[in-house]
Amino acid sequence: MTKLAALLGFGAILLALPHALSFSQQEILVFLTINVLVVASYRLLTLTGEWSLGHVVIMGVGAYASALLSKRLGIYVPAAMLLGAGTAAMVALALSFPLFRMKGFYFLIGSFAAGEIIRLLWKRFREPFGGPKGIKKIDPMPDFDIGVYVFDFFEPISYYYFALAVVGVSLWVMWRIERSPVGLTFHAVHWQDRLAEASGVNVRAYRTLAFVLASGFAGLSGALLAHYIGTINPNSFDVEQMVFVLTWTIVGGTATFYGPILGCVVLTVLNEIVLREAGFEQMRPLIYGLIMILSVLFMPKGLESLVRGALSRRNANRKMTGETEATE
Amino acid sequence: MAPPILEIDELTMRFGGLTAIDRLSFEVERGAIHGLIGPNGAGKTTTFNVVSGFYKPAGGEVRLRGETISGLRMHEVARRGVVRTFQHSTLFAELSVLENALVGTHMSFPPNIFAAMAGVDKANRRAARARAEEALDFFGLSRLADELAGDLPHGHQRALGMAVALAARPDVVLLDEPFTGMNPEETRRMMELMVKIRNTGVTILLVEHDMHAIMGLCDRITCMSFGRLLAEGNPQEIRHHPDVIEAYLGGARHVA
Repeated sequence: MTKLAALLGFGAILLALPHALSFSQQEILVFLTINVLVVASYRLLTLTGEWSLGHVVIMGVGAYASALLSKRLGIYVPAAMLLGAGTAAMVALALSFPLFRMKGFYFLIGSFAAGEIIRLLWKRFREPFGGPKGIKKIDPMPDFDIGVYVFDFFEPISYYYFALAVVGVSLWVMWRIERSPVGLTFHAVHWQDRLAEASGVNVRAYRTLAFVLASGFAGLSGALLAHYIGTINPNSFDVEQMVFVLTWTIVGGTATFYGPILGCVVLTVLNEIVLREAGFEQMRPLIYGLIMILSVLFMPKGLESLVRGALSRRNANRKMTGETEATE
Repeated sequence: MAPPILEIDELTMRFGGLTAIDRLSFEVERGAIHGLIGPNGAGKTTTFNVVSGFYKPAGGEVRLRGETISGLRMHEVARRGVVRTFQHSTLFAELSVLENALVGTHMSFPPNIFAAMAGVDKANRRAARARAEEALDFFGLSRLADELAGDLPHGHQRALGMAVALAARPDVVLLDEPFTGMNPEETRRMMELMVKIRNTGVTILLVEHDMHAIMGLCDRITCMSFGRLLAEGNPQEIRHHPDVIEAYLGGARHVA
């Protein structure tokens, strides 16, 4: 019951949040919402123990596919987004055949190479990918009216609500997957792939499944991004973006579902809001880097370890007060 | 006589120039406890790794109920009913004891991602959980179900490794040194449990150095030395076999 109340309260805060922000902050909020989906899907990929450097490019595959499908074939934008997600998942499935012959460090490098190949294809082929200049004037989401609220996608607030709904549903699906026997098998593959295999788990198939699922959600986030900013090019999905995803994930921690999301939110707020407001315009990257080094040094288990510590302390306290009440 | 459940036929395994197993042949009777012994480096664990599908043999084959299983991958061998445990305490140390056993039920209750997302796999999950709890109960681990597997004492970890294997309800279970690091009391209890497992119809093939356990437990023993078959027989025959004594004691004298 208190859980439900907390969830409703959290939802209300998320709905009210953009109204307390400036226009540019609202735009950042939209990007943040999309990035939450990117890091959450990245964690799904890391569940089986493999870290990829191609995740942002896969996100770009979703963006390109959705943009082209809506622009060239006139497909309804929300449908194009889902097809974009599907395309990203299919590309990941094709890539899984060469990539999952490798493990660990080699997989990391292999995924980077695969991502660069895709980016070079975008650059090389002006038709249909638009070459280095990418795709411009991507169809925006068509406005619609759900009775209580009119979505006018010229406003970041409207797009924020839309993205929030899409990301919320995606997170819920990922959460259910992780809590299911499928999720347990992912963990098993991660911690002891030989023992998992001896228990009859097709390790390769489960690694592929996690990769394809994660890529589908990454593709969806790419599609959300493309139809918001309206223009994408190969550099929108370069390794610099990947480094951001990695730092959010590492600073947040990957042991829990919320770890990477926490990392993404805290670092984005820190970088975009706090440091900007404090007037560190030129020195922002420097301070951002410093904070990251400090956090990795002093919180090697990530931001999530703080939350976990607080939760277990609260539980211990509650247990203690419960026991003293019982004795009284 | 009933046909053997497992046949190792002229099995050969090489690593570079080293022949780890050299045309090894033996058979395991259905419902037997079969020991595989030999001095260090005789190729016992390598034999296990070939039988369980971790290695592909260079020659010869392994047959289960007459069907060739050598060359299959490990999970495919497992799905045909041969499940193994590992030396040392190979467990999912970061998962709870119950979750470890749940992974063991993977083959009997394969997860389905669509059913999981739609939430229509409740019956499947309950059955898997019941099976896992039953396996924990058999090894006396029920009250530790929520502990992390990595936090268990050594003896319990060995038992949990077997619980994970048994949760899969295998026809043949391969146990790699199940008594290592156990005190005499734990060894005695584990021996009783193994007899109980065998009495449920599971065939056991085990590699072990603890001669007391091997002699007290096995119906039949195969002794290897330098990758070759040295001797085979019941515990009495093996105990008095001159080649076996030579391999163990002769080797020891050599070292001394």
